[in-house]
Amino acid sequence: MDNELRLFPRLAWSRVRGQLEYRLSFALMLIGYFVMTLADFLAIWVIFQHLPLLAGWSLGEVAFLYGTSYVSFRIADMVVGHLDMLPTLVRTGALDTVLTRPLGSLYQVVTIDFGLRHVGAIAQGLVILVIACTTAGIPWDAGRALMLLVTIACGTAIFIAIWIVGATTVFWTLGSGLEVLNAFTYGGNQMANYPINIYAGWLRRIIAFFVPLAFVTYFPSLYILAREDPLHTPELLRFASPLVALAALLVARAVWGQGIRHYQSTGS
Amino acid sequence: MAIIEVRDLSKQFRVARPREGARGPLARVRREYTDVRAVERVSFDVEPGEMVGYIGPNGAGKSTTIKMLTGILVPSGGRLTVAGFEPSRQRKEMARHIGVVFGQRTQLWWDLPLADSFTLLKHIYRVPDERFAANLGRCIDTMEMAEFLRTPVRQLSLGQRMRGELTAALLHNPEVLYLDEPTIGLDVVAKSRIREFLTSLNRDAGTTILLTTHDMGDIERLCRRVIIIDRGGILYDGDLERLKARFATERTLVVDLEEPAPALDVPFATVERVEGPRQWLRFQRADTSAAELIAAVARAARIVDLRVDEPSIEDVVLRIYAGAAKGIAINDPSPG
Amino acid sequence: MRLYWEVFRHGYRRWATYRAATAAGVFTNTVFGFLRAYVLVAVFAASATIGGYDRSDALTYVFLGQGMIMAVYMWSWWEIALAIRSGDIVTDLSRPFDYQAYWLAQDLGRACYHAVFRGIPPFVVGAIVFDLRMPESPLTWVLFAASVVMAVCVSFGVRFLVNLAAFWLLDYRGVGAIATACGTFLSGFVVPVAFFPGWLAVIAHALPFRGMIQVPIDVFLEKESGGALFVMLAVQVGWAAALFAAGRLVLRAARRRVVVQGG
Ligand SMILES: Nc1ncnc2c1ncn2[C@@H]1O[C@H](COP(=O)(O)OP(=O)(O)OP(=O)(O)O)[C@@H](O)[C@H]1O
Ligand SMILES: [Mg+2]
Repeated sequence: MDNELRLFPRLAWSRVRGQLEYRLSFALMLIGYFVMTLADFLAIWVIFQHLPLLAGWSLGEVAFLYGTSYVSFRIADMVVGHLDMLPTLVRTGALDTVLTRPLGSLYQVVTIDFGLRHVGAIAQGLVILVIACTTAGIPWDAGRALMLLVTIACGTAIFIAIWIVGATTVFWTLGSGLEVLNAFTYGGNQMANYPINIYAGWLRRIIAFFVPLAFVTYFPSLYILAREDPLHTPELLRFASPLVALAALLVARAVWGQGIRHYQSTGS
Repeated sequence: MAIIEVRDLSKQFRVARPREGARGPLARVRREYTDVRAVERVSFDVEPGEMVGYIGPNGAGKSTTIKMLTGILVPSGGRLTVAGFEPSRQRKEMARHIGVVFGQRTQLWWDLPLADSFTLLKHIYRVPDERFAANLGRCIDTMEMAEFLRTPVRQLSLGQRMRGELTAALLHNPEVLYLDEPTIGLDVVAKSRIREFLTSLNRDAGTTILLTTHDMGDIERLCRRVIIIDRGGILYDGDLERLKARFATERTLVVDLEEPAPALDVPFATVERVEGPRQWLRFQRADTSAAELIAAVARAARIVDLRVDEPSIEDVVLRIYAGAAKGIAINDPSPG
Repeated sequence: MRLYWEVFRHGYRRWATYRAATAAGVFTNTVFGFLRAYVLVAVFAASATIGGYDRSDALTYVFLGQGMIMAVYMWSWWEIALAIRSGDIVTDLSRPFDYQAYWLAQDLGRACYHAVFRGIPPFVVGAIVFDLRMPESPLTWVLFAASVVMAVCVSFGVRFLVNLAAFWLLDYRGVGAIATACGTFLSGFVVPVAFFPGWLAVIAHALPFRGMIQVPIDVFLEKESGGALFVMLAVQVGWAAALFAAGRLVLRAARRRVVVQGG
């Protein structure tokens, strides 16, 4: 494990160097991701052009949810987003090489790439988060500031776990799990962008307890925004994100371990 | 103690097949599964320092075996240990003790210069500086790699890349080296360079080598022992020389006579071909010796020049594969 | 013509092979449909109509969009770019058929599969759970189908151009990200173009992306009739034609480049 941590900067840098070789393309990519973020937020903004409150939440508050969720999601995307290459690795047998090295297989697949291009999207998310922090009427204090950092860290961990579990399905579906993966990653992000009280009860229960998206931002944000919970959930849930994130990561690791035992390689 | 121990090793693949006979737009939407038995109850041992050729026709199960030995695939049945580790359970620990080259794949970083791939591997395998320098230096010298070390891997020729792959597999002094078709697509010079390198590696470092190839030249130059596998099962495991002795029983005597003559009539030999003064006489080693036959020919005509041809290892293997396809058993009664 | 028919069938079959992928995709599209639908339910709880849409218009819009998204396929299609990067393009271009027509035929085959197997299920699920609006006139179904075909053509035209950018750019993903972002938002996929504030609506109307999602949906919802409907469809067809022409021009320039540089 320590060998793996020690190597991380080196492997990440080797990937970044490869990407920086194509400077123009990299610049275009940053712009592309910038525009993409903008488009995502524009959708929310367009809706608020027609109403002052969405299910009781102001634009500032939704922007805060959006910002925290989006920043977490894009950091996770930067670190593990290339797991959506896993179907290709599995189908082409490129995973063989990974499995001959004295490093954890999941670790190696994750370090196959490092999505520096997502910096553009993260920056955009941060801009919106900063604006939201100043306009959503948050009674800032040290506890809330700390909570914001914890929220982003836990959100990132939860998204990473979701990504891993989703990607691992390809070992059983042989390369066709990618789309389900999207339902949980991009779909998860989309879901966490909005206050969960807009969703129907059954969907909300799934988000809260099965795919723990409600812990990405909704619960901790209730504390930061000092809001009443329209759903009247126990106060304790607002501080449960770290535990949930840890559990999610452990589950993800176990699922991956099962998946890799199903790896079939290729015939040539 | 054997460094590789394989007992009753099996592997089945589940593959999807479109339904037989199904037609129309829905045909491909419905499917069923079948099992392919790629390797079936294979057993063998390899001692430290051996260099073993693992050969067989296409689809025999060679690569599948190697993938199980390296921990890439989890076996469906049987046991195996490599350098004291169980590959599928102790993959990470074992990885430091083995090296692998798949001729059809690369383990190098596609977009980085070759030297940078080596540096990354040094850190991945935690090779100490001096040992890294010594190993790399030796590979660079013996395989003449100095001039393309700074070239990105994607721009290397096949032969250059293959030398890079070998180096990459050896930086951490593995005890066992698996080579799956390492000479595929290489020219004769590159092939012989790699063969020489492997010979010296096996001799000097005592590295155990398991090699699959379709080039019998590799086998003849490198391996004393061969394991032949077909359709997942072992056909032969033993000495290469003994294999030849058992299957290459036919010889051809080629004689140049002083002047053209009709086909000679000598006991135990049949004339295959006559071309002016040159004649080809085929005989079974069991029936007569070359010396007796030459004496018999000399009694019938004046000989200017002669040579005795043995079947090539390729002919031998071809006959074994063909025999196996017909279900003829060839198990060596006393494997080497 | 026979060749393109075969290519069309091949395009269909290539996708039909991945049964699990289809199921996975239907699941994903449906999940997204629900997520988006609930946002709109919340929106229309606060406001009765927006930009001429009422609640059931908006829900219908969501599930039509989710159903069309795979057929229109505006995300990540890089086959030509990959062929350019690997150099296979040289062989492909030397084959005795029209390169653009070849890919269009294949893409239409793919779209045909996706329209049926990826398009209908999410819509049906949506229609069961929510109260969706169905067209009143049978003619609308026909026009809708035609407009979806045109939407695939417009999307193909855009994707073809974006892929060809790989001739000039080593890494095509940057252009791809921009095209994807524009396509997703300006097509009206995320929010109906009718919700856009004035200046944004002007931009959306001036670009081809609207033809990928919004036009067929508005046909289905019978938002326009008579002359206005005709104009809307004509503009869509016009964009498809313009994009094809642009694709041919760019391909010709690229071909010259290949000849000059030897790939
Ligand atoms: N990942 C896989 N999925 C399904 N079937 C496989 C897979 N890998 C191998 N097979 C099948 O298993 C059998 C053995 O394949 P293997 O690759 O081990 O052969 P090989 O001896 O290496 O052949 P070659 O000389 O052609 O490389 C073949 O029938 C092959 O089709
Ligand atoms: Mg093989």
